[in-house]
Amino acid sequence: MEHSAAKKMKVRLKIWRQEGPKAQGRFEEYSLDDVLTDMSFLEMLDVLNEKLLKEGKRPVEFESDCREGICGTCSLMVSGQAHGPLRGATTCQLYMRSFKDGELITIEPWRAKAFPIIRDLVTDRRAFDRIQMAGGYTGAKTGPHADANAILISKELADRAMDAAACIGCGACVAACPNASASLFTSAKISQLMLLPQGHPLRKDRVIGMVDQMDKEGFGNCSNLGECEAACPKKISIQNIAIMKREYLKAALSADFREGLSE
Amino acid sequence: MSIELKSGVPEGALNEKWDNYKAHMKLVNPANKRKYTVIVVGTGLAGGSAAASLAELGYKVKSFCIHDSARRAHSIAAQGGINAAKSYPNDGDSVWRLFYDTIKGGDYRSREANTYRLAQNSTSIIDQCVAQGVPFAREYSGELANRSFGGAQVSRTFYARGQTGQQLLLGAYSALMKEVNNKKVELFPYHELLDVVIVDGKARGIITRDIRTGEIERHAADAVVLATGGYGRIYYLSTNAMNSNATAIWRAHKRGATFANPCYVQIHPTCIPVSGTHQAKLTLMSESLRNDGRVWVPKKKEDCKKDPNLIPEEDRDYFLERKYPSFGNLVPRDVASRNGKEMCDEGRGVGDTGRAVYLDFRDAIKRNGEDVIREKYGNLFDMYHEITNEDPYKVPMRIYPAVHYTMGGLWVDYSLMTNVQGLFAGGEANFSDHGANRLGASALMQGLSDGYFILPYTVTNYLGMNSQELLKKVDTKHPAFEEAEKSVRDEIKRLISVGKTGKRTPNEIYRDLGNVMWEYVGMARDEKGLKLAIEKIKELQHDYDTNMMLNDDEALNTNLQVAQRLGDFLELGTLIARDALHRAESCGGHFRVESQTPEGEAKRDDAHFSYVAAWEYKGKNAEPALHKEPLVFENVKLTERSYK
Repeated sequence: MEHSAAKKMKVRLKIWRQEGPKAQGRFEEYSLDDVLTDMSFLEMLDVLNEKLLKEGKRPVEFESDCREGICGTCSLMVSGQAHGPLRGATTCQLYMRSFKDGELITIEPWRAKAFPIIRDLVTDRRAFDRIQMAGGYTGAKTGPHADANAILISKELADRAMDAAACIGCGACVAACPNASASLFTSAKISQLMLLPQGHPLRKDRVIGMVDQMDKEGFGNCSNLGECEAACPKKISIQNIAIMKREYLKAALSADFREGLSE
Repeated sequence: MSIELKSGVPEGALNEKWDNYKAHMKLVNPANKRKYTVIVVGTGLAGGSAAASLAELGYKVKSFCIHDSARRAHSIAAQGGINAAKSYPNDGDSVWRLFYDTIKGGDYRSREANTYRLAQNSTSIIDQCVAQGVPFAREYSGELANRSFGGAQVSRTFYARGQTGQQLLLGAYSALMKEVNNKKVELFPYHELLDVVIVDGKARGIITRDIRTGEIERHAADAVVLATGGYGRIYYLSTNAMNSNATAIWRAHKRGATFANPCYVQIHPTCIPVSGTHQAKLTLMSESLRNDGRVWVPKKKEDCKKDPNLIPEEDRDYFLERKYPSFGNLVPRDVASRNGKEMCDEGRGVGDTGRAVYLDFRDAIKRNGEDVIREKYGNLFDMYHEITNEDPYKVPMRIYPAVHYTMGGLWVDYSLMTNVQGLFAGGEANFSDHGANRLGASALMQGLSDGYFILPYTVTNYLGMNSQELLKKVDTKHPAFEEAEKSVRDEIKRLISVGKTGKRTPNEIYRDLGNVMWEYVGMARDEKGLKLAIEKIKELQHDYDTNMMLNDDEALNTNLQVAQRLGDFLELGTLIARDALHRAESCGGHFRVESQTPEGEAKRDDAHFSYVAAWEYKGKNAEPALHKEPLVFENVKLTERSYK
């Protein structure tokens, strides 16, 4: 069998601590002696927090929910990499076997102007919601619709739309980008709805609205560095950004928008 | 106030009831709709879709969730699919058959009319989601693809890779965000409900805590919808998300809403087995895997520690295929779980702990090729590999049952309203449609049926019926709000004050509660164990009240949230045990050791237990009162549920 039994390991942790949004932050160091290689990274932090609570210290605040890589809640910069060293995985899917015995691990929150820190490792990512609000929908209301099979969509298009739709909105793309750009997140939704015929009626408004909102939130521009794609736990392709830029240009140059009819 | 449970099922034949309801319901005229405020708590499939749909109708909606974003609710984790009676594969499916499978799968413990309506709505849900741009899997013809799930002999499950819940939730979330943008929905992320406010017998608001700042707020409304999910996290280890909790429904219960069938808990057969005490949650492997994976254990105990690939065919016991030849590996979840446990109890479990069975894809890979299997289940295989460090393309998965879903919940009538006027419950938070066991791919269906296609009508009917009273607005200065806010503040003060000298962490007490629940109120229950559980929970309650440590901090403090939720779980745990104790029959997910057939299958007792058990709260240390809603079956014949 390939399975190797869990081993014990030691870790040293350098963790960002910050009381509140306006407080001055700092790194603090901790060490744990009885970490198991089969523990997930967040389970290791759970162990640390139990220890801190018992020592009368304030535990480290961090976010997580599903702990199976789909909800997009967990969001840690682990030794300089968004979601840590494992490709195509969220922080909660990272296991201690990815680290060396005695390794010093630095843990920080996402760093971006548009994601202010609430406390310790928890950031406010509501800017993503506001980008979504600005057009990330087809506009279909609840009610009777044509039979689902009345719209035929080729398997290839459906698969490509699904690839883009797999985004979990965690913000790793922003954290990994030197410009703190939200282009990968924004473009994934634009691509999904561009690829599917249901998305076409609001196609222009969507791309203009979402891109403009992204800028308003204070995210930086894309300069094709590709860090976002490398950090993305769902391996969303940077091609989506190319699609978004093309869509934006087409929409902005179209007659409706040029003449301000769509305002 | 005496409680009378009226199901409110409309007149007429089964297939006409919902139409009859809609034909005779009260309406609210478009100009008046904006005068009403509806609070929707929770933004999963049920809450998100209800909030969006109510806003589209013209009501003012206030939508609350505990996460930073409405997109993160636990519906997102559902993997395998959503059922609908579309019958696209032309394999004999129909609304009737989906209804029948669901009611039989639930072991005849659900309300016929509700379950039938669910099956009726199922087809509109798929149309709705496609219109929203949900990227369902498709065939090369461009038509929607289907697969099979447990408890059915037709292929009626629609899916989006292994991320169906995520895609459906993002559909509902996008509709919700559209309405936020339209200023019809006001969104309150990071808000946790801590009390329900009732004025003159009607739900008129809620008390919340902003988990970032600790601020306590009052919110008034004309109706309150709770779509806050199930209570599976009472077992500490479950497939539910870390933040899933019962606080909203429990606090509604304490304010008078009866709690129905709390002992109906679903234990899912295919989860990654427990590996150590550091774990805080377990990971589900989708039921869809049972389409291609074969479940087995070694015939001989001495083979259990061997490399499974070296165990020859004749020494393997494909126990589900052997015992249930017509459904095979696709028996319902409760049957699969119980059989898996039995194999381990016999000493034929595998893995380090001996608490696991194999789910083997060897034959499917041989038959279809690794590529086909990767296309269908790639993300699940990867997930398994990451967690266990074993490659399921090469060695069989090891799986074991884990708590996954709770069929019980707040009692609701046909309109999804609790016995408290104006307080509705949707999705997993209510008890409504799945009886004693839910079939796979039916939770997503129910959440969206409730949110898109039932609550918008029934909330309208309630507002229309009570317009005179509701248009006299209740202010948040009302004494009922004062009192509710004070009780919330007092509780937090008390927790923090005890926390200064307490010696046990919230998670330690919580883990103990989970162990008690799993051991005595888990897959097999008996009178002695259930009574013991009640005693043991009392001890834990004492620890909780007198000896729990907590960091003194009223702003963002995860331990304080855990502690508050734990307090509700402790009380609910006792109720689950009491309900399980009183229901001296086996049905669906509730297996009483004393009530089984000679072959060890669950034995129902229709003569004595064909009812919904709805419990009324009578105080923290008082016996709850039992109310019964008889289940009347006019359309299906109650038989022993057989999958053989």
